[in-house]
Amino acid sequence: MNKAYLFAFGSTSTIALSVFLFVLLPRIQVASIDQAGLSAQAPYTPAELRGRQVYIENGCVYCHSQQVRDPSIGADQAFGWGRPSLPSDYIYDKPHLLGTMRTGPDLSNIGVRQPSRVWQHLHLYNPRALVAWSIMPGFSFLYEVKTSKESPKEGAIQLPGSSDQTSRWIIPSQKAEDLVSYLTSLKRDGEPKKASEVAK
Amino acid sequence: MDAKLVFLILTFSISVLGMFAFVIALIQKQVLVPPSAAEAIFAQGELGQKELDEKESLGNGWQVLDQSAKKPILFFIVSSVIWLVIGSICGLLVSVKFHSPTFLGTEAMLTFGKIRPLHLNIIAYGWLPLAALGVSMWLVPRLTKVPLQNTKILYAAGILWNIGVTLGCIGILFGYNDGLEWLEFWWPFKILLAIGGALVAIPLFRTMYISKEEHLYVTLWYTIAALIWFPILFIIANCHFLYSGVQQAIVNWWFAHNVLGLWVTPLGLGIIYYLIPKITGFPIVSYQLSLFGFWGLALFYSQVGMHHLLGGPIPTWLGNLSVVMSVGMVIPVVATAINHHVSTYRHLRVLKESVVLRFIVFGAVAYTLSSLQGSLHALRSVNAITHFTHWTVSHAHLGLYGFTSMVMFGGIYFALPRLVGRNFKRPGLINLHFWVAAIGILIYTIGLGIGGWLQGLELTNVHGSFEASVKVTIPYLVTRSVGGTLMLLSHLLMLYNVISILRPEKGEQLEVAHE
Repeated sequence: MNKAYLFAFGSTSTIALSVFLFVLLPRIQVASIDQAGLSAQAPYTPAELRGRQVYIENGCVYCHSQQVRDPSIGADQAFGWGRPSLPSDYIYDKPHLLGTMRTGPDLSNIGVRQPSRVWQHLHLYNPRALVAWSIMPGFSFLYEVKTSKESPKEGAIQLPGSSDQTSRWIIPSQKAEDLVSYLTSLKRDGEPKKASEVAK
Repeated sequence: MDAKLVFLILTFSISVLGMFAFVIALIQKQVLVPPSAAEAIFAQGELGQKELDEKESLGNGWQVLDQSAKKPILFFIVSSVIWLVIGSICGLLVSVKFHSPTFLGTEAMLTFGKIRPLHLNIIAYGWLPLAALGVSMWLVPRLTKVPLQNTKILYAAGILWNIGVTLGCIGILFGYNDGLEWLEFWWPFKILLAIGGALVAIPLFRTMYISKEEHLYVTLWYTIAALIWFPILFIIANCHFLYSGVQQAIVNWWFAHNVLGLWVTPLGLGIIYYLIPKITGFPIVSYQLSLFGFWGLALFYSQVGMHHLLGGPIPTWLGNLSVVMSVGMVIPVVATAINHHVSTYRHLRVLKESVVLRFIVFGAVAYTLSSLQGSLHALRSVNAITHFTHWTVSHAHLGLYGFTSMVMFGGIYFALPRLVGRNFKRPGLINLHFWVAAIGILIYTIGLGIGGWLQGLELTNVHGSFEASVKVTIPYLVTRSVGGTLMLLSHLLMLYNVISILRPEKGEQLEVAHE
């Protein structure tokens, strides 16, 4: 008989304690926030949810956080990223996309900072066309490019810098449109309210 | 009764009972082990004899134990090395994209955001666990003095695991992604990993169960614990339907840190605890201290994860708890460090003769450094600067590469000659692997660490701009690609080394035929 059982039981105990502290207790605490029903957020629309999926598939979370720290830590507010995040800001987020890297700026309130769909599309197509020092990858594969004098399609966006003779246009795919719907919906700057009072 | 309440009571009572059992065991002196137990890894006459990298003609029974599960172990090791090469190609590609964002940027499947999780998941689920389990499967028979049992289950586990990782990777490329860091694989594929992980445990536990050894060597403590911890962690973390919002973030980072601390780390430490004394020929300096280190790790490491969410919208007490536990990690880390480094220091000259020991000692030092670094940047004041920056990435690579990967390299290079019964034809290439990898990870970690710290200073400068935080990192992102290139080159050397030892020499085949 050896002492394997002692180590097996001991390690089960420590992990049980860890589950108790980090999975179960927070669950109960956070559930009380959900039950209060106060949030600054409205549920996502179907287009925004599809856009969220595009955000996940293309790994935006690896460079962009969606959590604003208190002014006592970091320069989040000085950079204009919004008020400190509240747990109730995330009640519709499944899966969560809080992120832990800021190779790019925080996106908690990107819909407030850049509400223009045209800006978002141009930026996604080629970030450096709008922000010279950006190291964000371009998502040109979400767009079709056409050269024509007039808009080839409704929703097409003229690329800046093209002359009148040979205008270049980008036509956003459905995925690009959904992604921009999601991005422009990100506004976590309000006061928590009852669900019925949150403006759509 | 409410299921939530049942779980609450259950986990609480298991942990309290565990503490009681521990105290009782302590009183009955069950946990105290005679120092002679540290010598269990030596056969008669081996104590005081160093064992170098090359296999010697062993007449002492190790050979029978080594070869009891030769094929499944080779399956684990070879597949791990293939994943290592694929994973590091992905890593280098991602690294280049950081400073040259248009590089291979027009293909949907090669976009940064898909290759980045591919790199992480291949290393975290393909390379490290398969390598660690492969080496552990070689160690368990040696430590229990029993041939490995139920080896067919090991094949099943290895195949399921490899299929799970392959499908998971293909899924990420096609957009099937669970959306959580460290848990990206689409959930149906993760079921394969969960089953594989649980299956591996069966033969190893059975082997330990039938062993007649009175005392379990340190390595086995860590192996037992890791095999129990992984399935529990992985299954709880993947019940996505249960979680959303902030709570999901908490579970996410609880898992992500534990999968390192309670899965890869213990297996890596176990290998160090075996190979340092085995190669130098002298037992570790303090067997009692290793016990202390083990239980400290089990208690503290399982509670550190929330330092990834400091400053975020999580309950304050939870963050504080993780900060305290992260600092508490200093205790087991120092206990382990004394054991590892003093044992090495007494026989430093062996480092000249054994390349494997070089890998292992590099790993042990990196473990100490990365753990102390981890405790340091869990402090709220330091975390305010390092959080959200490349510092964390540098730290992760010091831990997962400097420590665990280097230990796996050493473990594999020591185990392979003993498993296949022939020596490496070109041991110089193993030495070359060591130096290229060591220089590579040093450039990587130091460069990116500095870059991350400067980035953090900019991110906390209220009079600065976000732009400055991006620009300041660029030179360090380039040095990362330099370090990464060296690391990839060293892995290609390893692939060559592993393939070459598996190929029988011409004369050898004839011998077998004559038998």
